[in-house]
Amino acid sequence: MTETLLEIDNLSVDYETARGDLKALRDISFDVNRGEIVGIVGESGCGKSTLISAILRLIAPNTRFRNGAIRFKGDDLLTRTEEQMRALRGGDISIVFQDPMQTHNPVITIGKQMVDIQHRVKISKAEKLATAARMLGVVGIPDPEARLKQYPHEFSGGMRQRIAIAMALMSEPDLLIADEPTTALDATLEVQIIERLKDLQRDFGCAILFISHHLGVIAELCDRVVVMYAGAVVESGTVREIFHNPKHPYTRRLIECDPGHIKTRARVLPTIPGEVPDLANLPEGCIFRERCDQAMARCAQVPPLTRLSEGHNAACWLNHAEEIA
Amino acid sequence: MSPILEVKDLQTSFGEVNVLAGVSFAVEQGETYAMVGESGSGKTTVIRAIAGLAPAQAGSVKFDGQEIRGIGERALRPLRKDIAMMFQDPTGSLSPRLTIRNLITEPHKIQGMKNRDLDAEAKRLLELVNLPAHFADRYPYQLSGGQARRVGVARALALEPKLILADEPTAGLDVSVQGELLNLLNDLRERLGLSMVIITHNLNVVRHVADRMGILYLGRLVEEGTTEAIFHEPRHPYTNCLLSANPEPDPDARLDRIALKGEPPSLIRRPSGCEFRDRCPMASDVCSQVPQWKVTNGHGVRCLTPRHL
Ligand SMILES: Nc1ncnc2c1ncn2[C@@H]1O[C@H](COP(=O)(O)OP(=O)(O)OP(=O)(O)O)[C@@H](O)[C@H]1O
Ligand SMILES: Nc1ncnc2c1ncn2[C@@H]1O[C@H](COP(=O)(O)OP(=O)(O)OP(=O)(O)O)[C@@H](O)[C@H]1O
Ligand SMILES: [Mg+2]
Ligand SMILES: [Mg+2]
Repeated sequence: MTETLLEIDNLSVDYETARGDLKALRDISFDVNRGEIVGIVGESGCGKSTLISAILRLIAPNTRFRNGAIRFKGDDLLTRTEEQMRALRGGDISIVFQDPMQTHNPVITIGKQMVDIQHRVKISKAEKLATAARMLGVVGIPDPEARLKQYPHEFSGGMRQRIAIAMALMSEPDLLIADEPTTALDATLEVQIIERLKDLQRDFGCAILFISHHLGVIAELCDRVVVMYAGAVVESGTVREIFHNPKHPYTRRLIECDPGHIKTRARVLPTIPGEVPDLANLPEGCIFRERCDQAMARCAQVPPLTRLSEGHNAACWLNHAEEIA
Repeated sequence: MSPILEVKDLQTSFGEVNVLAGVSFAVEQGETYAMVGESGSGKTTVIRAIAGLAPAQAGSVKFDGQEIRGIGERALRPLRKDIAMMFQDPTGSLSPRLTIRNLITEPHKIQGMKNRDLDAEAKRLLELVNLPAHFADRYPYQLSGGQARRVGVARALALEPKLILADEPTAGLDVSVQGELLNLLNDLRERLGLSMVIITHNLNVVRHVADRMGILYLGRLVEEGTTEAIFHEPRHPYTNCLLSANPEPDPDARLDRIALKGEPPSLIRRPSGCEFRDRCPMASDVCSQVPQWKVTNGHGVRCLTPRHL
């Protein structure tokens, strides 16, 4: 039976700025079920990191929650105290940040950091160090015992990412949130890490919310995909539906732009012409209208996110053909 | 014509640990050279050492014919205009207290070009990387990861360098913005003869931008050649594993992956013989000998039993 673990319900979040409120997230809704791997893709700056910092309430001071709920195991996280949130982070929910330096304290050795995050476990320090060394081995870092004595800057970019992943896995969370955790990993290691994450899902029933721009990794790892554009969800569906039967023009264009599809050297790579709308000055109607090559009169109104088939939703008037006719 | 960048037998150790064990390669003017390889193999260290930002105990680095290894920051400063870095960590490489305007015009100030219209410059540079002009007033923490990456690119392009050392310049960008950036770099290369060393783990990017590429393993090049040749006829088994691992953007793709055995080896106790042999799917008894660098038809490989030869 599927059981909802995380439920994002009509979430809207603004950033207060000198130019007015920047509407970073607008009416975001989607679920993550227990043991499920959900990918989030979308344009740079569309609000992916804002979304996960909102879930964990690790937010910039100018963040304002405007509407909606974030339910984890049925409880609304927005009503929880800061102390309760702290207990949740690194317990039931783990996070791998986009910037690994957000995880690592630059003046503390990696070994001490990895021992410290085991503060809930009642074992000796030596045992904690052994666990830490074993986890470094799991993510492919050689000479783990010697490495534990080093500081973050003494590791390569990809090593820091892998250590952040190792640390997130140590608490065996129910939900792992990973924000572009493999950007600095070569293809062979990336595949190994994907396999580790799949093991984790299988062995502990851990659900994963996985943000990535690498469509190949999304295709390989995820069960379902949420596509975001300029602060809104424009489509969501199973990984097959999203890659083989996309129902929003943005999704379609995004997949077409992936150089992974283009096997011979191209002098000019495909892009989506035009600019992302200014979130402090939202245009009327469909958010993608100005860049959409299929835009029509109807797009002056915001299309609702509509269910097209079981589990496949899209926000585009093109899917309402019968109403147009 | 001599190459714009010529690196010979570059060696770097951190304490006891020998990270670069002699790296040699050259980049011609107008050429894009991709450096790929396992995480931790020394890619960042190579370009930081070239730019004088990491130690290099031995070897030679020539920029435009001039030796620059170990010449010190004072002698390097005038060259910083010609050699630009794009750092692997986008947010961490931007000082948090400066506005984006100050960050991307900082190179002008360092080079004593304060009399230029810096506001106009900031605007021009933001436009180049497709960010709105009002971003000039923001601070780094108010940017998304990909936006910070683009600010790093704008800053590197500020003074129209001759050589760019780009460490994962498209990591964290969506495929459309990544395409824009690569098109921009290609355009600068054609118009201004820009040369580039690009480190990326994204093989799809390599295929589209690089003329030649080198594959680094444990601080040594194990293969080098034209991008064409390496994608079509990889000679080193490590290259072959790497190319076969590239995830395909299709959930139903069937991949013939060649598994890489074992763990990345220790730098403290480097393996004997061929350093790849413990993980190599093709290893045989001969691999207990140290392979020499062997070049045929401009395609170099460090392997005793190379493929396609
Ligand atoms: N503290 C802040 N104040 C004002 N605007 C902000 C702040 N943080 C982020 N933004 C803006 O909010 C938008 C969403 O940012 P976010 O970091 O969530 O994007 P993202 O989808 O994670 O992008 P990327 O893929 O580039 O990491 C961006 O346009 C960004 O510039
Ligand atoms: N300042 C330093 N002190 C000690 N060791 C270092 C230092 N900088 C790098 N190293 C070590 O040198 C090796 C190579 O690191 P480098 O950052 O060059 O790798 P890389 O190929 O860029 O990897 P990635 O793809 O993960 O970024 C690693 O083992 C790293 O831990
Ligand atoms: Mg982000
Ligand atoms: Mg690196």
